[in-house]
Amino acid sequence: MPTSHNIISPERLTALAPGLPWAVAIAIVGYAFIAGGYLVTVMSFALIYAVFVIGLNLFMGYAGQVTFGHNAFAALGGYGSAVLTSAYGWPPLGAFAAGLALALAVALVVGYPTLRLKGHYLAMATLAIGLIVYEIAVQWQAVTGGYMGISGIPPIGIGGFDILSDRAQLIFLALVVALSTWSAMRLRASRFGRALAAIAGSEDAARALGIDVARYKLMAFLVSAAYAALAGTLFVHVVGFVSPEVFGLHMVVLAFTMLYVGGIGTAAGPLIGAVIVSLLPETFRALKDYQDLAYGAGLILLLIFAPKGLAALGDLLPRSKKS
Amino acid sequence: MTLLKLERVTRRFGGLLAVDAVDLEVAAGSVTAVIGPNGAGKTTLFHMISGFQTPNDGRILLDGHDITGLPPEKIAAHGLIRTFQLVQLFRDLTAVENVKVGCHLQTQGGVLTALIRPKSARQSETQVEATARELLDFVGLAAYGDLPAGTLTYGRQRLLEIARALAARPKLLLLDEPAAGLNAQETELLAATIRRIVARGTTVLLIEHDVTLVMSIADRVAVLDFGMKIAEGTPRSVRDDPAVIAAYLGTAEAARA
Repeated sequence: MPTSHNIISPERLTALAPGLPWAVAIAIVGYAFIAGGYLVTVMSFALIYAVFVIGLNLFMGYAGQVTFGHNAFAALGGYGSAVLTSAYGWPPLGAFAAGLALALAVALVVGYPTLRLKGHYLAMATLAIGLIVYEIAVQWQAVTGGYMGISGIPPIGIGGFDILSDRAQLIFLALVVALSTWSAMRLRASRFGRALAAIAGSEDAARALGIDVARYKLMAFLVSAAYAALAGTLFVHVVGFVSPEVFGLHMVVLAFTMLYVGGIGTAAGPLIGAVIVSLLPETFRALKDYQDLAYGAGLILLLIFAPKGLAALGDLLPRSKKS
Repeated sequence: MTLLKLERVTRRFGGLLAVDAVDLEVAAGSVTAVIGPNGAGKTTLFHMISGFQTPNDGRILLDGHDITGLPPEKIAAHGLIRTFQLVQLFRDLTAVENVKVGCHLQTQGGVLTALIRPKSARQSETQVEATARELLDFVGLAAYGDLPAGTLTYGRQRLLEIARALAARPKLLLLDEPAAGLNAQETELLAATIRRIVARGTTVLLIEHDVTLVMSIADRVAVLDFGMKIAEGTPRSVRDDPAVIAAYLGTAEAARA
């Protein structure tokens, strides 16, 4: 294949490739910050979802497991924060800690028995917990406000300093995503992360090497539930409102889309997936009646041409060079 | 000294006696082979020793500890590490990462250690990296460390699986048909590798179809047929045993039919 007319050599492209998804995501968020307006809101949602998807990626990408109910942990974190800050006047950080503890306790109760089983039991159990938490949010009106939800949730603030403007929130969320990504990468590049990757590769081989598979699956489940709870808390504070629909099953569908479009099992996948999938409907809004069609077609094209996700696109470069 | 001792180990599947009251002793520092025709119960026996199946009856002692019916990860922690008949590598991980996973039992640390990454963890990671590279070199795969394990040839995958098992510093290494699918040259390399493993002080127990390999490396051979041990001894004595010949080639009547 003639490549001589390319200004940038393929070798340099290959070397730069791993940084590309990060650069694109940062550029889009940076542009939103400068442009302001509605795009800031879209990107704020994208970043909140990125935190959720980072957790999902840990459990599904690194450890190779399946969960359909992580929206439950986002709901527990979100409602915990919403109720404690708005009705009881707790500071956001304390309310977050309480919501996180609640989410982890529920994850432990659900995960302990089911993660010992092989196959689809966990997937079914997680689906059930997602639906149960949704029903509780609807029915327990005295605390959750039922379908009407809870409004007037205060913004995020630490020690009397509130983060009020849209732009300040975007920066704060970007910092949280950076921290979440960093922590997930540290987890992956460790003995713990290797054990998860081993379980994803072959449970039998992992056990034969002394890895307590049930225990590590449970730990991965708890850690990913913690990211989900954090995302739930961020959501209610940024929007100032929560209702059961916010953490409905569509949250799972959207997060799965982001995970697979971005690249499951990759470090940059959750962020680039969340940013791109959030932008797609906005990009096609001008098409009016056809926007859903265009959105669907866009997703299909992405999965055909980047089956391992956008974050893995860079890996294709050296291979296409050889072929 | 006896490292592994099986006492009347039995496993039934419904009405079928897959393994019937098998006694076996593996001496420390030796290479012991279990051979037998297809369906003789070799694999079931291995699954019971390594904890993947529970015996219906009998006892398994490793270095004096009763490991009967323990789960695989507990048995591994007692120092018994196995490989698989169909290679079970972590295919998406690089070769060196595969071996690093093998260091799991030799290291410590969970979620908090991963996040905080204290000095001890960094030192441990450096050590793990060095050990993994050294073991890859030991099995002759130093040049392939950074390739995904799934892209290696089958023969190299087998060697990689052995390197990964060695990373756990086993007292007893169980090899499940290590020569299956290898050509003559690869089998020769495997035999040499197994000899060097024993020289390092690791005891080896293997199941094998490849009689040439068994004859060249085993100190003792046990022969299974229809779940029962029909012969045991040195490779030479077993080879000339009429019961073994009958099991492998069939009885005179069966041969004529």
